[in-house]
Amino acid sequence: MIPVVIGTTFIIYAMVWALPGDPFVGKCGDRPCPASYIAEMRAKFNLDDSLPVQYGKYLWNLLQGNFGESFSGRTVWSEITQAFPVTFRLALIAIIIEIVIGITAGVLAALNRGGFWDNLILVTTLIVISIPVFVIGFLAQFTFGIKLGWFPPTVGPNATVYELILPAFVLASLSLAYVARLMRGNLAENLRADYVRTATSKGLSRRRVIGRHAVRNSLIPVVTFIGADFGALLGGAIVTEGIFNIRGIGGLLYLSIRTREGATVVGVVTVLVLVFLLVNLLVDILYGAIDPRIRYE
Amino acid sequence: MSEHLLDVDDLYVEFRTRDGVAEAINGVSYTLDAGETLAVLGESGSGKSVTAQTIMGILDMPPGFITGGRILYNGKDLLTMPESERQKIRGAEIAMIFQDSLSALNPVFTVGDQIAEMFQVHRGMSKKEGMAKAVDLMEQVRIPAAKDRVKDYPHQFSGGMRQRIMIAMAISLDPKVLIADEPTTALDVTVQAQIMDLLKDLQRERNMGMILITHDLGVVAGVADKIAVMYAGRIVESANVWDLYAKPAHPYTQGLLDSMPRVDSKGEELYAIKGLPPSLLALPPGCNFNPRCPHRRERCVREVPPTEEVAENHTAACFFWKEVARG
Amino acid sequence: MSDPNASVSAAAPETVETETYRGSSLPPEPTADKPRSLWSDAWRELRSSKIFILSGILIFVFLIMTFFPSLLTFGKDPYTCDLTLSRQGPSSTAWFGYDNNGCDVYTRTIYGAKASILVGVFATAFTMLVGGFIGVIAGFFGGWVDSILSRLTDIFFGIPLLLGGILVLSSFPASDSTNLYGEVGKVVLALGILGWTSMTRIMRSSVIQVRNADFVIAARALGASSGRIIRKHVVPNSLAPLIVVATISLGGYIGAEATLSFLGLGLQPPVISWGTMINDAQPYIRVAPFMLFFPAIFLSVAVLSFIMLGDAVREALDPKLR
Repeated sequence: MIPVVIGTTFIIYAMVWALPGDPFVGKCGDRPCPASYIAEMRAKFNLDDSLPVQYGKYLWNLLQGNFGESFSGRTVWSEITQAFPVTFRLALIAIIIEIVIGITAGVLAALNRGGFWDNLILVTTLIVISIPVFVIGFLAQFTFGIKLGWFPPTVGPNATVYELILPAFVLASLSLAYVARLMRGNLAENLRADYVRTATSKGLSRRRVIGRHAVRNSLIPVVTFIGADFGALLGGAIVTEGIFNIRGIGGLLYLSIRTREGATVVGVVTVLVLVFLLVNLLVDILYGAIDPRIRYE
Repeated sequence: MSEHLLDVDDLYVEFRTRDGVAEAINGVSYTLDAGETLAVLGESGSGKSVTAQTIMGILDMPPGFITGGRILYNGKDLLTMPESERQKIRGAEIAMIFQDSLSALNPVFTVGDQIAEMFQVHRGMSKKEGMAKAVDLMEQVRIPAAKDRVKDYPHQFSGGMRQRIMIAMAISLDPKVLIADEPTTALDVTVQAQIMDLLKDLQRERNMGMILITHDLGVVAGVADKIAVMYAGRIVESANVWDLYAKPAHPYTQGLLDSMPRVDSKGEELYAIKGLPPSLLALPPGCNFNPRCPHRRERCVREVPPTEEVAENHTAACFFWKEVARG
Repeated sequence: MSDPNASVSAAAPETVETETYRGSSLPPEPTADKPRSLWSDAWRELRSSKIFILSGILIFVFLIMTFFPSLLTFGKDPYTCDLTLSRQGPSSTAWFGYDNNGCDVYTRTIYGAKASILVGVFATAFTMLVGGFIGVIAGFFGGWVDSILSRLTDIFFGIPLLLGGILVLSSFPASDSTNLYGEVGKVVLALGILGWTSMTRIMRSSVIQVRNADFVIAARALGASSGRIIRKHVVPNSLAPLIVVATISLGGYIGAEATLSFLGLGLQPPVISWGTMINDAQPYIRVAPFMLFFPAIFLSVAVLSFIMLGDAVREALDPKLR
């Protein structure tokens, strides 16, 4: 996993600092920056060294916990630690919504194979998957926030749980649809499996056969998907945070990209990627824990 | 006539599919008594497994439909019983084991768990009590080091061992009837013999009635008391094991016996019944076997042969069984 | 000697078929049928699939919008605008109303299809070619080639698509070019740089499955070169899951372009796309919601039709659902 981490962070670093374009555009207001400023900044960010050396120095700092500073002097680390909790709360609520609604819908659809509920869930999830997140976001904001007024249309600085519910729904919508479809497919397939026939012939009630035997087997890939999704949610909330004005990691990232705050971008993305990889690792372990076939390979 | 343990009486089952109606079982009748082994013989598509699944009540309905007949267990018709009552019988009094033990066992639960489940559901025991019983049963089916292996998963066992686990699960509540659907087809020959011996011993100890479903004539000879030969959803011949092998009265049975390779037929071409089993969506008119029958006459295409008595406890569904019996 | 009946699915079946009557597994017909391949079976099923027909019609309409937009706008062009009509609602003369600059929203929506769909198509083609190629090489040759390529795939896979796209697009100098293809190319590159990874994984696992098949070993025994085996046997048999994913990804890329444009990073004006229209309409959502919702609907329907198409193709190609 280490080479992957190094590779990923290197590519990000390269994309931020080494791609064509002047990193100091717009930093000093309407006028181009004075030469002394540029020289100072270049030294500070090691921009005069070759790319691998730059990266090496950055990595060295990283290992010591120093994520560097933004152009304005704030430490990247403090910016991250301020924004992270909000995004974490948002992602957590979204995951809960995803699990509860997604799995329930999937089970309902599989049990009702070919029937009204199945078709309804299939069509609804298809539509949700197709509509881009920001459209869903606007729709939700407009309908529930502005027209109906059930939830605040934007999130305040405290980012309370109540304020986060609507954006969490929006964030969860795509994943929810995937979870429902995944669960439906798995359960429908497992219901036709031989061991279900054996369980029935053991005289077990239909509820037990489905609820204990079939669902347990079907959940395995779903759980791993949800696990991986959590990592993705943490980093992918850019659009949702933008629409609902949430001051989380997504918003921070977006802002720093637009203002070309290279250090912040690299720092934030590095953290996100690390979290993503960590979550994937945990999911792999989790998979081994819940699927005995993998465990005893 | 005293009551049989199990009495399948004139059963009709069909499958309604997109391509038409498949007549899977067309008037099948057989009986089973305690301590008796009935072998149901036939090729794939003959309906032998469908009959068993109908007895167990695990047939997919739809697309399956039972369109006639009764299945009497101790005199009571299973087909008209409420499902709740049938559920109590299923697994506890009539049990079934299947061909592919790897896919028939749940891969994410331990074998002990799956055996113990029988006791938890049917006898209301606790998990701990059930697991203890599971160890006991695993020893009865001759799995070495049962105590250590009770917490293992199905994929950690060999094919033969897994089959024993399925047997353990099936006999756990001392069923009166055990249905074994091709229990040894997926195993190699030496393991086959061990499993068949195990089944025979268990049957004797518990005085179970056993229905052995197979297509393998070799397996049948050492184990069965009586045999029912099925073809295209009908029983074409039924006899005790000696009479069937020595004096077959149906061309199909004769064909099956002739196509078995024998030690003393070296150098001769191996016989095979020409043709293929018919599609159940479009059964041949008259006697279903007529397209492949060497004794076929015009009458065979026109009329369905009734089941005629050939000798005591020996029936065959052929107009010309006398020719077959003569050899 | 390729075996056209090789079943192709992304996940290997785990249960063994037993000789029972579950579902409708019936004994073989006595008369021999014309040999059926996976593709002809799939086509037969597709033809009768309502979803396929519906998505086909929709995609056809979108293609008309892309190549012959004037047919649907009755000759009006999207650049003639009248500021005095700014933000007027839908009426009989302007079905979707007017945007902030007084441009006809309906006309702009129709013309906006081109950029959005082109991005989708080219991004899919790019990722299919690049990703597919890398996947085939990795899957077929195995060994250290596979290790390196897989590592590389993992590295790029770790960067979320949107993030990477944002990074790449931010780095481009704000150009004065108004060239449609230049803008489209920019976005395609941004999406393609990270998007190839999913194609690679699918192709690789598909190839690995096929590589071990008997007919490939037989071809090799007959002296076929690696290139020939890849071309004639491996690729045709691995294509099915790739096609399904490609179709669905197409829809995804259209959505991704819209998202990037919404963030202000994708296509730049005066290039018209659904994403840019939504971005422009955002501040006025309370006052003139129609400015946003009409392009949003078109966008969603476009994505929907491609995903439906992918779904229908997958159902037709999946041997397990027979």
